[in-house]
Amino acid sequence: MAGDGSVKLIDEKTGKRTDGRKFNELRPTKIEVGVLNNADGSALIYMGNNKILAAVYGPRELHPKHLALPDRALVQCYYRMSTFSVAERKSPAPSRREREISKVISDALNSVILTKDFPRTTIDIYIQVLQADGGTRCASLTAACTALADAGIPMRGIISGVAAGLVNDTVVLDLHDIEDQKGSGDIPIGYSATLDEISLLQLDGVFTIEQFEEAVKLAIEGAKQIYEIQKEALREKYAQIRAEFAGEPEEEEAEEEDTMEIVSQSLAESEASVDETAIDEAVASEETEEKKTGEKTTIEIEEVSEVEEVSEVEEVSEVEEVSEVETDEHQDLVSDIAEELNEELDEDEKELEKELNSLGTEKPEENDDTTTTNTTESEDDETEHEEINDLEE
Amino acid sequence: MNEIFFENHAIVVPGDKLATGHFKYGSGVVRQDNNYYATVVGLFRDRGDYISVKSLKGKYLPRAGDLVIGLVIDVGLTNWILDIGSPYVGVLTSMNAVTKRFDPIMADARKIFDVGDIVLAKIIAFDRTKDPNLSTKERGLGKLKGGRVIEIEAAHIPRVIGKKGSMINMIKRLTRCQIITGQNGRIWVQGKKIQDELRAIEAIKKIEREAHTQNLTNRINEFLNSKR
Repeated sequence: MAGDGSVKLIDEKTGKRTDGRKFNELRPTKIEVGVLNNADGSALIYMGNNKILAAVYGPRELHPKHLALPDRALVQCYYRMSTFSVAERKSPAPSRREREISKVISDALNSVILTKDFPRTTIDIYIQVLQADGGTRCASLTAACTALADAGIPMRGIISGVAAGLVNDTVVLDLHDIEDQKGSGDIPIGYSATLDEISLLQLDGVFTIEQFEEAVKLAIEGAKQIYEIQKEALREKYAQIRAEFAGEPEEEEAEEEDTMEIVSQSLAESEASVDETAIDEAVASEETEEKKTGEKTTIEIEEVSEVEEVSEVEEVSEVEEVSEVETDEHQDLVSDIAEELNEELDEDEKELEKELNSLGTEKPEENDDTTTTNTTESEDDETEHEEINDLEE
Repeated sequence: MNEIFFENHAIVVPGDKLATGHFKYGSGVVRQDNNYYATVVGLFRDRGDYISVKSLKGKYLPRAGDLVIGLVIDVGLTNWILDIGSPYVGVLTSMNAVTKRFDPIMADARKIFDVGDIVLAKIIAFDRTKDPNLSTKERGLGKLKGGRVIEIEAAHIPRVIGKKGSMINMIKRLTRCQIITGQNGRIWVQGKKIQDELRAIEAIKKIEREAHTQNLTNRINEFLNSKR
């Protein structure tokens, strides 16, 4: 909240502020990229005494699903202040202010992220303020956007956040905590240097039109400096590794067609490792259950032969030769099917035999005659014969 | 009037003005008026009249025809849901999984693929309005048994393969491992000895870290020979 401006915050002789900066000077700012391993992208910003961590997850599946947008990604931002981030303990309950900042940051980022590349997904940005020293929403925006770039999320440009404010009737850049509280107004700005677009602009306090225009101009100059720092931080991550091997000869990586070739090659190799038989077995298991008795198969054959007869009758009435050929084909088909079924039956029998052997003397009840006789003891055989003889008599 | 502001292979960040004039442009580039800007952190590619930025990081986006290594996360009556390491889950229907007719009353989908199985599949359709459709019908596709799966950035898969497969074939030769690369950034490695697998994985991780540097194949060669 802007104060009444009665506190002297600028030295009248030197024109310096309470922390020794000039009116158009940024606080020392440093950004580290990729500081979290579990996040898809992350950034840690030091801006004066601000320490803010931003983590990006996504694009990823959105839960609950009904929030998903059919044509683009949802950008969700969660700004949180740690309880220890300010001098007096901040209540851990989410405050109105935190929700507001979450909203303005996600709106600002929404304007640069190419959300239409990832329909039905969400991009989550978690911002944790570890230490606050005024202007956290701007620093958070800077960190969030850097983390997004680190996560490889396509954006039209990079947003840099910075505030300009009114202190003792002077427009100054990048307010710190005391200036924020005792000064008479501040204007946080999110600005993309390459697009020359303002994506966030808020105003607290009272400005004349001249002061407002001057403040925006000043903030844009500051944002351009921050953009350079962001760029450097993002490049640094890869440039460092590259510098280790500088000056080595150039080398090409796989082109699209190479990739496809190798992929199909690995496909061929994988045949040995891929478990194809499992699939067939699983599907076959349904059939074996049906055909244990062999009844169903005979029915099927009968059905087919009926069809064959019908077609014969129909076709004879038209052209004799054609019908002959076609019936032949039908017969072939029928015999083929019968052969196949017989083969499968044979296999089934073999399997059953195996099962029986493994079971030992125990006899499963649902076995067909051929297999049971193999294992039955001679005494049983004799009794059976006797019974048959009795019946015959 | 055509002007390019970056060298080939330079590291660019989002918002960098790559060129002005008339160019064809590919992934990682947006055009505004006659200016071309990068949209991702990556390596700038300059092919005369065609410019693009090769991303160094980011989620895998499915493309029809891609070979992916998926993890079964759900089994339905006649379909399987696979995590393919992208924002969208892969859907494998029984129609695209088995050649014979699949009757959900008689057969159990879990007997074919169960939750936790690693499956090599091909993406047959993806249009962003629906989740990508997978298939395991082609020869060589299906459940992967044994071995281990590692995950790297999908963007670095072409580097792991190398020009005309030079890199991957070298790793296979020197570690005597079977390696299958999925275009979603998952790589399946199986060797006769655990040490072989670990060496192959270490080499692949090294490629991922140094993907944007030069002379990598030779360095990996030295690396693998020194580890033997």
